[in-house]
Amino acid sequence: MDNRSPAVEQKASSTVHRPSSGFAQAVFAITWKDLTAELRSRELLSAMLVFALLVIIIFNFAIELEPKLRPVITPGVLWVTFVFAGTLGLNRSMAIEKDRGCLDGLLLAPVDRSAIFFGKMLGNLVFMFSVEIIVLPIYSVLYNINLFNPGLWMVILLGSIGYAAVGTLLSSMAVQTRTRDMLLPILLFPVIVPVLLAAVKASSGYLQGLEMTEITPWLNLLVAYDIIFLAVAYMVFEYVVEE
Amino acid sequence: MIEVRKLVKLFGAKKVLRGLDFQAQEGEFVALLGPNGAGKSTFLRILASLSRPTAGSVRVAGFKLPAQAAALRARLGVVTHLPLLYGDLTAEENLRFYGRMYGIVNMSARIGEVLELIGLAPRRRDLVRTFSRGMQQRLAIGRAILHDPDVMLFDEPHTGLDQDACDMLDNVLREVAARGRTVILTSHDLARVEDLATRFDVLSRGVIAASTDRSGLRGNLLDFYRQALAN
Repeated sequence: MDNRSPAVEQKASSTVHRPSSGFAQAVFAITWKDLTAELRSRELLSAMLVFALLVIIIFNFAIELEPKLRPVITPGVLWVTFVFAGTLGLNRSMAIEKDRGCLDGLLLAPVDRSAIFFGKMLGNLVFMFSVEIIVLPIYSVLYNINLFNPGLWMVILLGSIGYAAVGTLLSSMAVQTRTRDMLLPILLFPVIVPVLLAAVKASSGYLQGLEMTEITPWLNLLVAYDIIFLAVAYMVFEYVVEE
Repeated sequence: MIEVRKLVKLFGAKKVLRGLDFQAQEGEFVALLGPNGAGKSTFLRILASLSRPTAGSVRVAGFKLPAQAAALRARLGVVTHLPLLYGDLTAEENLRFYGRMYGIVNMSARIGEVLELIGLAPRRRDLVRTFSRGMQQRLAIGRAILHDPDVMLFDEPHTGLDQDACDMLDNVLREVAARGRTVILTSHDLARVEDLATRFDVLSRGVIAASTDRSGLRGNLLDFYRQALAN
């Protein structure tokens, strides 16, 4: 500015860089921030984990299964567990931003606002994976399921990406309302039916050892769902978070 | 530096801003006064590109809103009564995070400089949730000036602060303004802004009802404010 002293102006220009931050830099900054804060507080992960373990154990007591039926039925139990626990995490992750006005802080940054979506989504995905890594061995023991199946891991990866993409987008909508805790599941569950259905069917197919021709349509649906919702979120996130 | 013409903002059927005209020159420190519900925060949110105008033209630092909002945000600093900080990060980590979002180079040097300015250098490694309200507000100012903005918007920054914290905040505000930035500050504390600002605008019923610079104040600011609202 014109009336700044030359010394101040020179100092500022040597230390500060004004053009917008890079897209990837902003995405990773938001993810880093979420992970660092969570490592300190452990609020979100512990709630997700306890809830996931309770659900999977309750299902184990509630359903008596013949060994041959386990690969058919239990993928549903597994994905319901992931979805319920994930909803807790999605709600909390966005509430942290809203409650202290931090969402405004993010929106004020000179970055493409879709970077905020991808940063939050990546953080949510890491939280989901963390819960899944702990829940899966317990699931394996409780239901006597062999986890050494690369196909199953791929399904979990694709399903989690789709779930985190839709969940992050809808939680950023729900967090603007007073009834956000109730609203998110109501908005989210109908929209994730395709990803849930495809993930359950594909997981079941791998666990039963079905032919790839029977599993591939479900994998294709998962990939298509992921691509479509990542693209939709990229295009609409700015309007979703705007007042 | 800031030029607003015929600004209208509607929330549903409710008209919050009704054809507001406003101008601020480079280096000016404008106190925006007005009763609750006058539209001060809405006006500041529009200037900050956090809300879209319903009608009218808004130009800040040469950038037209909302079309050039992303470019403007690199030159804008905003402080509200909420700190916009993460309690589970340290003071330094909060600034480092926002520094990455703004693409700041020589980050460590700049963070050190800002922490010195706001008097929080000794607490740089403490979690923000352990800070008092006053310290959080000083750090919020540090966050807002980290990228050396040309325009600064303060939305009731004194809210919830005790007397000492307000005095300390005022010193930081003077330091911020002394560096030639254009500052717009909303407040209900007339006595406090009378010492800080160079111009006083009263916003009432969605328009600027009266405006004066320091030399135009005939009595005290309270008289000017009451007269503006009475007209």
